[in-house]
Amino acid sequence: MARIGVFVCHCGTNIAGVVSIPAVLEAAKKMPGVVVAADDKYSCSDPGQAHIRAVIEQNKLNRVVIGSCSPRMHEFTFRKVMVKAGLNPYFLEVANIREQVSWVHSNDKEKATAKAIDHVMIAVAKVARDEALFPKRVPLTKRALVIGAGITGIQAALDIASAGHPVTLVEREASIGGHMAQLDKTFPTLDCSACILTPKMVEVAQHPNITLLTYSEVRQVSGFVGNFDVEIVKKARKVDSKKCTGCGVCWLKCPEKVPAEFNEGLGTREAIYVPFPQAVPLVPRVDLENCRYIKYLEYMPGKTPGKRPMQCRICEKLCPVQALDWEQQDEVVKEKFGAIVVATGYKTFDPSVCGEYGGGKLPDVISGLQLERMFNSSGPTGGEVLRPSDGTHPKTVVLVSCVGSRDEQRGRPYCSKICCMYTAKQTILLKEHDPEVQCYVFYIDIRTGGKDYEEFARRAQEEYGALYLRGRISRIYEDGKQLVVLGEDSLMGRPVEIRADMVVLATGVEANEGAAELAQTMKLSHDVYDFLTEAHPKLKPVETQTDGILVAGACVGPKDIPECVAQGGAAAAKVSALFSQEMLTSDPMVASVDNARCIGCLLCVQVCPYKAIDTQVLRNGRTVAVVNESLCRACGLCPAVCRPKAVNLRGFTNQQLLAEVNALWQ
Amino acid sequence: MAIDGFEPRIAGFLCNWCSYAGADLAGTSRMSYPSNIRIIRVPCSGRVDPLFVVKAFQQGADGVLVAGCHLGDCHYNEGNFYSRRRFALLAPFLDYLGIQKERFRLEWVSASEGRKFSDVVSSFTSDLKKLGPRSILSPGGRE
Repeated sequence: MARIGVFVCHCGTNIAGVVSIPAVLEAAKKMPGVVVAADDKYSCSDPGQAHIRAVIEQNKLNRVVIGSCSPRMHEFTFRKVMVKAGLNPYFLEVANIREQVSWVHSNDKEKATAKAIDHVMIAVAKVARDEALFPKRVPLTKRALVIGAGITGIQAALDIASAGHPVTLVEREASIGGHMAQLDKTFPTLDCSACILTPKMVEVAQHPNITLLTYSEVRQVSGFVGNFDVEIVKKARKVDSKKCTGCGVCWLKCPEKVPAEFNEGLGTREAIYVPFPQAVPLVPRVDLENCRYIKYLEYMPGKTPGKRPMQCRICEKLCPVQALDWEQQDEVVKEKFGAIVVATGYKTFDPSVCGEYGGGKLPDVISGLQLERMFNSSGPTGGEVLRPSDGTHPKTVVLVSCVGSRDEQRGRPYCSKICCMYTAKQTILLKEHDPEVQCYVFYIDIRTGGKDYEEFARRAQEEYGALYLRGRISRIYEDGKQLVVLGEDSLMGRPVEIRADMVVLATGVEANEGAAELAQTMKLSHDVYDFLTEAHPKLKPVETQTDGILVAGACVGPKDIPECVAQGGAAAAKVSALFSQEMLTSDPMVASVDNARCIGCLLCVQVCPYKAIDTQVLRNGRTVAVVNESLCRACGLCPAVCRPKAVNLRGFTNQQLLAEVNALWQ
Repeated sequence: MAIDGFEPRIAGFLCNWCSYAGADLAGTSRMSYPSNIRIIRVPCSGRVDPLFVVKAFQQGADGVLVAGCHLGDCHYNEGNFYSRRRFALLAPFLDYLGIQKERFRLEWVSASEGRKFSDVVSSFTSDLKKLGPRSILSPGGRE
């Protein structure tokens, strides 16, 4: 026999100021099965919880309805009260009379009270049909996967590893380091990017708890928190990383030259190469598209255009340790992980779609990252800023901010956050490289939110003499050896024409290549720009809707280095907290099958998004469905399609939901 | 023709992850809307059996709202695609039962769309006021 207690929370005046609590209590006492109705000023407070426990014990209640805020807010709190009162925590229903009643119907107290009573009635009808549920304990694998080895992923991997848990760090490129490795100096302190990043990269490589998989990609993810099954493809480098010593003879002698991606297309690299000299691991890879020997192997007479290339194999002949392995194939690694941190980073906006900036056709219009590579002493120009067209030093440089940011026409209405600051940094560095340089910056607003950021941007203008002009560029064209920049100074309200030697576009931040596909693989959600969605923008910035999968860094949205490091660390802290448990408790609100009713049509198997329903053959030879409780995520698709109503979803059974419907307007 | 003083009864099945959270957000942002709706929480719009909808009408509802995440945003990946198809099939069947299909609505309301939730309830309520009270036996469109 159900003995239901109804507790109505005043929530100060949040509920009581609109809903008539005495009227709700009066009505609740008449509802079927209700033996007591009581109220509290704040049910969630310590005295409120103690009162609920006392009333449960005095009246020997076995089911409880609490009329209060949304169950999304305090259902968990009240479940704990149930446990303390010696009841099964699932004999509880929360009637939402704040978010969905008092806060939205404050203009009509009578109708609000009527709706509150109905919501309590619905909950009373449901609670009477609640069943005792018991969470299962499942083991967990205390091994973390970090996807992406930029500064965010590196930080996350190091923090998890230092907490004593094994970590596998997967990176798509041949070296770890990400975009930060491409930068020369960092704002607002101007410390050298490599000097602060490379020690961390080395630490990753040497940490006993970290397994590094570079030039590898995550192909498949299944399972659930504590027990993810992941397939990682280790792409063939054609170099045996165990034998290779990183001596560099192979890339020094390789005759093939192609534009260097790491240098943003400035300068060249070889067909066997490491992206940059401080690469970790210092193991080259063969570029299968450009290697002469690979081309020779793949040459098909009559089909491949041109003559058969020469067999080159110079690298193989010169390698002192015979590390070249032409037979090496892609390898699939299957491993179990307890938690996954996604830190796949960003890419920069491609300005070639912007016709007004020369559309990538004018050689002396370069991107911010290209300038960054020129500043770098190990970059394509050896640390000198040179015009790509003729190799001379530019004296007048125009920097354009918001290229691919705050631009609704190009589908990038958001602010990329870092460009204002890196533009200011680049004006300072340009001046430091060559005191004769005059910088002009075209901007919409200067956004410098951050510690010491505003001071830094001011220094660029006041100490380094960068001239900031508020306005957009309308056109850039070549005139002789120079570029003519036509723009507008919107503060002076007049057009501006500047003859410049070089133009630098502050390209914005975009979701990385393949971000949407990865989100699909991992069943994460992403926004219209393909940035991954966090569980809560303020309170759960690194969690996702999927337990055990965390997101960090610029894959969630534009971020600067300090924020990325903070998020990497935050994600690691969440992983460590998860791994501090010996066993995980699984939610008992999952689907179950009544064998006696199941007719074996297996429609449920077809609709299950998690492949959580399997078949089993009973002793009498009948095939019925069976739910794998640890895979079930409780969506409730199966009970909705089940014709004989054999499958049910615990916590949201057909009986409970129909009882709720039948209780409407009673 | 609106009937004076008629307050339609609406049953709302809201998915826990998007629409129920959207309704909560409408509350947190104090966006008021007509109090005609009674809300039943479900894990996913795909959990809603057409039987629940018909039962709600039988129970005296003048309108039934099912709301879930936007297509492609389902917390369970594909649950709302099932509900879209299922309720597209239910609409003509409701007409057959003598319930105008305008009395049933399937809407996509995300967790960040408190405004949309309040707009949906407001417009549904005013539309139902125009349709007038429902009598289950009268044939569709002629009440």
